[in-house]
Amino acid sequence: MIAIIERILILCRKEFLAILKDPSSRIVLIVPVITQSILFGYAATFDLSNAPYAVLDQSRSAASTQVLNKLDSTGIFRRIANLDSQEQMREIIDSGEALVVLQFGPSFEQDLYAGRQADLQVILDARNSNSAGSAAAYITTIVGSFNEQWRQQMGAGGFPLSIVSRSWYNPNLETRWNFMPSLIASLAFLQTLMLSALSVAREREQGTFDQLLVTPMSPTEIMIGKAVPPIMIGLVQSSIVLLMTLFWFGVPFSGSIVMLYLGLMFFMISSVGIGLAISALSANMQQAMFYSFMLIMPLMLLSGLATPVRNMPMPIQILTYANPLRFAIDIVQRVYLEGVSILLLWHDLVPLFVIAIITLPWAAWLFRHRLV
Amino acid sequence: MSDADEVVVGRGLTKRFFDKESGHTTTALKNIDFAVLRGSITALVGPDAAGKTTLMRLMAGLLRSDHGQLHVLGLDAKTHPQEIQDRISYMPQRFGLYEDLSVQENLDLYADLHGVGQQERKERYARLMEMTGLAEFTERPAGKLSGGMKQKLGLACTLVRSPQLLLLDEPTVGVDPLSRVELWQIVEQLRQDEQLTVIISTAYLDEAQRCAKVYVMHEGEVLAQGTPEQLSANAQGQCFSARTLDERPARTLQAQMIDEPSLIVDAVPQGGNVRFILNEAVSLESEAIQNILQGATVEPLTPRLEDGFMVLLRRRLQAEKKDMQAGIVAAASLGKTAGNATKKMQGDAHDTMIEVRDLVRKFGDFVAVNSTSFAVQRGEIFGLLGPNGAGKTTTFRMLCGLLPASSGFLQVAGVNLLTARAAARKKIGYVSQKFSLYGNLTVRENLEFFGGVYGLRGKQLKARIALVCEQFELQHLYKTPAGHLPGGFKQRLAMAVGVLHEPEILFLDEPTSGTDPLARREFWRRITALADIGVTIIITTHFLDEAEYCDRIVIQDAGELKALGTPREVWMQAGHGATSTLNMERAFIDIVNQARQQKQQALEEPRYA
Amino acid sequence: MHNASAHSMTQRSRGFFLRLFALTRKEVRQLLRDKSNLGVGLLLPVVLMLIFGYGLSLDVKNAPVAVVLEDSSSTAMEAVAGLSLSPYFSPQIVRSIQEAQTLMLAREVDAIVTIPSNYSSALADGDAQIQLIVHGAEASRASIILNYASAALMQQGVRSADRLGQNVGAGIGMVNVESRLWFNESNTSTWYLVPGLIVLIITLVGAFLTALVMAREWERGTFEALFVSPVKPVEILIAKIIPYFCVGIIGLAMCLVAARVLFAVPMVGSMPVLLFASVLYLLVALGIGLLISSLTRNQFLASQVSLIVSLLPVLMLSGFLFDLRNVPLVVNIIGHLFPATHYMILVKTLMLAGNVWPQIILECSILFAYMIVFIGLARLVTQKRLD
Repeated sequence: MIAIIERILILCRKEFLAILKDPSSRIVLIVPVITQSILFGYAATFDLSNAPYAVLDQSRSAASTQVLNKLDSTGIFRRIANLDSQEQMREIIDSGEALVVLQFGPSFEQDLYAGRQADLQVILDARNSNSAGSAAAYITTIVGSFNEQWRQQMGAGGFPLSIVSRSWYNPNLETRWNFMPSLIASLAFLQTLMLSALSVAREREQGTFDQLLVTPMSPTEIMIGKAVPPIMIGLVQSSIVLLMTLFWFGVPFSGSIVMLYLGLMFFMISSVGIGLAISALSANMQQAMFYSFMLIMPLMLLSGLATPVRNMPMPIQILTYANPLRFAIDIVQRVYLEGVSILLLWHDLVPLFVIAIITLPWAAWLFRHRLV
Repeated sequence: MSDADEVVVGRGLTKRFFDKESGHTTTALKNIDFAVLRGSITALVGPDAAGKTTLMRLMAGLLRSDHGQLHVLGLDAKTHPQEIQDRISYMPQRFGLYEDLSVQENLDLYADLHGVGQQERKERYARLMEMTGLAEFTERPAGKLSGGMKQKLGLACTLVRSPQLLLLDEPTVGVDPLSRVELWQIVEQLRQDEQLTVIISTAYLDEAQRCAKVYVMHEGEVLAQGTPEQLSANAQGQCFSARTLDERPARTLQAQMIDEPSLIVDAVPQGGNVRFILNEAVSLESEAIQNILQGATVEPLTPRLEDGFMVLLRRRLQAEKKDMQAGIVAAASLGKTAGNATKKMQGDAHDTMIEVRDLVRKFGDFVAVNSTSFAVQRGEIFGLLGPNGAGKTTTFRMLCGLLPASSGFLQVAGVNLLTARAAARKKIGYVSQKFSLYGNLTVRENLEFFGGVYGLRGKQLKARIALVCEQFELQHLYKTPAGHLPGGFKQRLAMAVGVLHEPEILFLDEPTSGTDPLARREFWRRITALADIGVTIIITTHFLDEAEYCDRIVIQDAGELKALGTPREVWMQAGHGATSTLNMERAFIDIVNQARQQKQQALEEPRYA
Repeated sequence: MHNASAHSMTQRSRGFFLRLFALTRKEVRQLLRDKSNLGVGLLLPVVLMLIFGYGLSLDVKNAPVAVVLEDSSSTAMEAVAGLSLSPYFSPQIVRSIQEAQTLMLAREVDAIVTIPSNYSSALADGDAQIQLIVHGAEASRASIILNYASAALMQQGVRSADRLGQNVGAGIGMVNVESRLWFNESNTSTWYLVPGLIVLIITLVGAFLTALVMAREWERGTFEALFVSPVKPVEILIAKIIPYFCVGIIGLAMCLVAARVLFAVPMVGSMPVLLFASVLYLLVALGIGLLISSLTRNQFLASQVSLIVSLLPVLMLSGFLFDLRNVPLVVNIIGHLFPATHYMILVKTLMLAGNVWPQIILECSILFAYMIVFIGLARLVTQKRLD
């Protein structure tokens, strides 16, 4: 037993050496994780900020100015132009310079004073439907608060109903708060899977795998020895993103570190299992890379990283049950933002465990039985 | 002589390489002068890292020299590489075939690129197919060919057209003797018919002997140049053959001789006797020599190129105050273990270490190995010989447990390694055909890894590593990444890894392909030393003179076992007299040809019935 | 004399085409033989198309909402009906706030609406309150739910209040927002995801698939023999571009057909212009892939580098999912350094907005410049030399 553990450790050491000796692969493993977490942390936002808008104010009235002032004071919108004509409106939207154009009709203020409905035209560039939707919602809210104010100005009471809303776990509903925790799992996923997919394929291509198979190491030992280094590297990468999330972006952590790493551990084991199975099936490095890539793309897209799993149609939601990243993102988000305990995570851990116990032994079996 | 007759002229060529990782600069060529005449065949010979490949690549316009002038076909190689490349053909040492293309597609690609016409192509293909024996494999992807077959296909791709200059960098590494003969016929014929100029670098000195001019290179310099006769003359009057009287095998006497570097420059088993070169200063009658010979009869021999080469190298190393035989001494010490005492392997000399009965391996319809049976005793050196694609490597992989057998019985050290537990695999060491250690790990890291995997720990591991590094002269390369080692040292490291854990059985797949004569002497001294302490050796080789180091050999062809026995028994099976001078190359060619004829007859017979 | 040189010219160009044909045939064969190539080049685009068309969505539909109904009056029931009439929600009435919280923790519901026991009386007095709690872990989804739910509840509340005699709207003017969504009237995310898909697939074939082709030849040592032949570096390069260019065009065609037929994305602008821009970008991507491949000479590194500099930026920094107008200036500038960002603008504009010529000309010129730079660099680093 001790001999087996020793052999596994020796193989792990060799794997680490082989991966980390090359300065360029060291760089590839660490630097992109840092730059990506910063860049994507800033880029990945569905929240509007400083959204450019233009105004075609045909009323030039105190009321329209009041509405615009309200809009400008939120920090969500930034006025970039005051327009004179419909043509200009078209141009500024077409070119993508402005996301929104507000058009106040000539009778805007008169209508208001007359107790009529005063129409405010809002034109949105919906090439990005999400930005357009958010902008529309914000404008509706801002105008709602203007209306409330106007009622009071006119001496009428407030609305008969107020809605008191709160948002749990993410009080300001910032995309970054859920995106960064998802990155903790996703960024590491990419390279963990690729590293493990290449590990056996590279040895096959270079002929060293035979040399390894004639040693006293059993396939299970080789499998474990090959699995541990990518798992560790994945955990290190995850930790880097975790630190960036905590200290660079300052997203508050509500859960337990132990729980987080327990979840990540399960996740890494199952991703490495998939990686090693691909590796054992591939005849050369190119195949290993391409096959793993063919898996990574759909797995990343259908994981909830890009768009929420809950928005997907039911059949596709069911498909994602075979996707380790989906569960990992769920675990990290829930531990990080909600601070949930193991009792609420078991249904995420079990699928990861199932993926691991299918793929890992399969990979080990393939080491010896795949005919090349 | 007019300049027009000189196809290649190099003056003061120097080439340095800078290694980014270590920051070292190595000088591959030092101020070389070089000239090749039109219509001649010129050979480059020399040990590893002599600069042969660098010179070839300079001529092919793939590298630029740092100093000096090089004109190829009258064109400056520095400024007009493309024009040169339009006119020459070049076969690199490792011909990179497109493994996913078929044999025919690879050939077509090179014919198209060189602009070979359709008519010309037909005749050429027929010729090349005959030479390489690839005719029946034209549809097969190049990646599915055996190592030797790939080499032949590379050669065929190079020879698809008649260039003005042909550069061949070790074209026959791993190619079986039958094909080598045919290759030389083609080259010779091209030279005669088309006044083709050929430059060939080779580790086989018998091939260099066919050339008009030979350059002996060593560590980036030209050690000597001249006709093979001129070079052979360096050993004039020093070459002898010793015939042993008693039962002791020739290799024992050879080992004794080679262990005495102050007396004997070189010794090899040949034709059942020992061919040796006496040191210039030593007389045949001296007491020391007579002690070694122990009454063996001695006859003088005419020197060959190889003898001249060995003498030249020896002189050079002496001038550099290097001990040429240090390697041999280190090699001979291989029998010693960490305790410094010579240890015999446990067990009886008649134990059967390997037993194979009716072994079959099929790949689809293709029978790679057909009902093969043999047994190997402890301490034997057992050789597997055969032409390329005969099934040697397949047999090998089955023995090592890397490939399941389709049917038949097979036992190594009492078990089937495919299913055996860890402990059984500890008993074997394995050195594969192509270098297969971790290229980006250092020598030391490779040794530590494999030692560790085989259960060596702590002090014991350190002591073993120190010892094998001494025995394989790897101490000064301790921290070099294995991938950066020169070829010969890679081979040594591979073998050092193979014996690190003191296995009882050592498997070696074409370990001497492409190594120079000096390295081969050391290699075989190591093997004989190991056999002396009871290690069982299974080896495949293409150097048929090396078969004489073996206790017993088998010859395989087309997956079938054609001959089995001691070298002399195989010689007799080939239809030669018991007392005639043994020539393994002859025996091999005869046996393979006989077998092929029989098969041909068997195929034709039913038609007449 | 003149004649002779003309003859040698034709001779030379004949040699060029013969070699190019031979090399291209070799590349095509290699491409077709390895199934993994076809997997990435053809199968993956189809899978991605299905995922983008049917899987990914930013639109909320039938979000489960727990309603804690402490008031059982018909007015309170109207509020619930207000939610259930909306296509965005499927409300579910629970008995207690504890039960609702349990459901929320288990992520069975996305939001909790609490209608207090005094709802109807308070509404009659003009002072009612409804509590709305959303699960914020998926911010974009949560904010959509928040907005829609507030709006639906408010609308119903005002209506109920009117009925109860509050007469909310009488005599007081109100601003009414009339939104018009240009280029995507129904505001489905498919319309903006599918153009992004086209960019993704061309990048995939152009930059990722080709990132290995040079590196593979260096690693397998197949270049040495090839170099010592009349082959010119530019021929090697063109021969590698041709087959992958074709795969890229096939991918593009599949995307366009799918966009039109399956996902009903409009094609407002000019198709020829879109094709022209796509060819430009495909060449840029091929240039990037070949450049990476030649520089790294190592398959693992090449694949990682191409992932990092081409594919991930397409997903994250090109304005594909995340609007670059919302990000800090530095990130915006970095985003615009990637050619994909410019092509993304072109595709979205051409498909959804139409022929906005100033923009088209600007972005096409940028792509053209990138193409010259990357293919030029790829040509420069492809030298028939081993040192």
